[in-house]
Amino acid sequence: MSGTALALALAALLALGTVPLLDDGFWLALAINIAQYAVLATAWALFSGPTRYISLATAAFFGIGAYTVAVLGEALPWPLVLLAAGGIGVLVSLLVGLATLRLSGVYFVVFTFGLAELIRQLVTWFEVNVARSIGRYVFVDITQPQIYWQLLGLFGLLLVIGTWLSRSRLGFALRVIGEDEVVARHAGIDTARVKIALFALSALFLSLTGAVMAPRWTYIDPAIAFNMTTSFQVLIMALLGGAQSLLGPLLGVIPLVLLFEVLGANFPNHFSILLGAAFMLVVYAVPRGIVGLLARARRRAAA
Amino acid sequence: MSVPLLRVEGLTRAFGGLVAVQDLSFEVREGEILGLLGPNGSGKTTALNLVSGALAPDAGRVTLRDRDVTGLAPHRLSRLGIARTFQLVRVLPAMSCAENVLAGIAFGRDAAWGGAAWDRARALLARVGLAGREDHRADTLTYVDQKRLELARALALSPRLLLLDEWLAGLNPTELREGIALIRSLRDEGRTVLMVEHVMDAIRALTDRCVVMNAGRRIAEGPPGAVLAEREVVRAYLGDEDA
Repeated sequence: MSGTALALALAALLALGTVPLLDDGFWLALAINIAQYAVLATAWALFSGPTRYISLATAAFFGIGAYTVAVLGEALPWPLVLLAAGGIGVLVSLLVGLATLRLSGVYFVVFTFGLAELIRQLVTWFEVNVARSIGRYVFVDITQPQIYWQLLGLFGLLLVIGTWLSRSRLGFALRVIGEDEVVARHAGIDTARVKIALFALSALFLSLTGAVMAPRWTYIDPAIAFNMTTSFQVLIMALLGGAQSLLGPLLGVIPLVLLFEVLGANFPNHFSILLGAAFMLVVYAVPRGIVGLLARARRRAAA
Repeated sequence: MSVPLLRVEGLTRAFGGLVAVQDLSFEVREGEILGLLGPNGSGKTTALNLVSGALAPDAGRVTLRDRDVTGLAPHRLSRLGIARTFQLVRVLPAMSCAENVLAGIAFGRDAAWGGAAWDRARALLARVGLAGREDHRADTLTYVDQKRLELARALALSPRLLLLDEWLAGLNPTELREGIALIRSLRDEGRTVLMVEHVMDAIRALTDRCVVMNAGRRIAEGPPGAVLAEREVVRAYLGDEDA
């Protein structure tokens, strides 16, 4: 993104910050939902877009963030809670990154899927055997508008970092890895280190989103915090929008959040089936995402 | 005698029960073109992979100048000055030609980024005959132009040793003449090249010395004319009756 586009986007975010002043019911809830998935999908695409490593660990990091709030929320001031959530997320991502260095393609996908499940089971085991409870109450003094503003802040930060990354040598290395990892290695790129760094950066934002969102629930248990549907929804939103560009995921987030909202309200019992159908439709009909469609339309117009 | 640029000693690598390279030793001297020859399956590409770090050897030693570089990761070797091309040409398909070359410049031995790096990328593209193609996507290039691009990317690392894996294979006679001239011009610049090659015309025209492999072992070494006439080399290529 150019400097001007970034400035415009940040100004738009500031303007969107007024939403809670206009409505604190349905529209604010919808805005929070969109902002949440905008951060998640953009953070996911930061790593998975250029490298084309499809990660299903989104729910793992989101859950880590949410659970950190449930455990530490009352004990520490809010900024420190966020710091802890981000820190734990990054730590786990570094461990995972080191373990998955040698994995690529479908093996990486399966590993990240397993990771989310593993962490959920570990937390469940801990809660049942050590904490002797299956759920936790979230008591923190964070209002809905505050949640929304924090999400907008995270999104703005992502845009700044993403813009910097697209001009940096690190971002370029990431794209080379996505094109051909063997060539990348033989061009002097320490592929392992680059991949881990970006995976951790992505995990930081996913964990922070989980932490910021936690106060929306008064009660959480492992099944709520580590919900695999989150991983799939974020993936399909980023793919629909276009994971290769910074604002691409947002283009997928807005229509799909609205669609899922409608489906959830009208067909609560068939939600998973319809989600699956939407998933297949996106992959078949828009393989290059909305960004790809726009680029093709622009080429046609020019020709 | 001065220290050779590259020294390979007792290099061995097996895949399961198949010993692809066995006790291989040779040297590459500063400024020469060394040909690595042998029939299909004789272990040439494996040897190249062991030198470039794509594979780690089971035994043996690789020394670059006086530094032991055995088993180092490819990105470390690239930064120390070993660049390579691939038997099946590998470009970064969705990137522009300039970005392909930039990939070598940005992380290589003499790394650069920004305006200076773009200037170098343009110059390198011109060097291999791709002037003015900076913005073309790599996957729109013809086969021979992709090979040129790959060479430019390897040169972008400012290599001390350039490894070419059948870089001249699959070219038509005109392209082959141009390709030979291009590689000769590299030698004239004083570059050191280790090339795996099957094209005999190119071997005779370019190499100063050759190492011939068969079934993972070195069976001959010397100037191309003499080596290719050796009885065991002829037998390896053509069988006993012709030897």
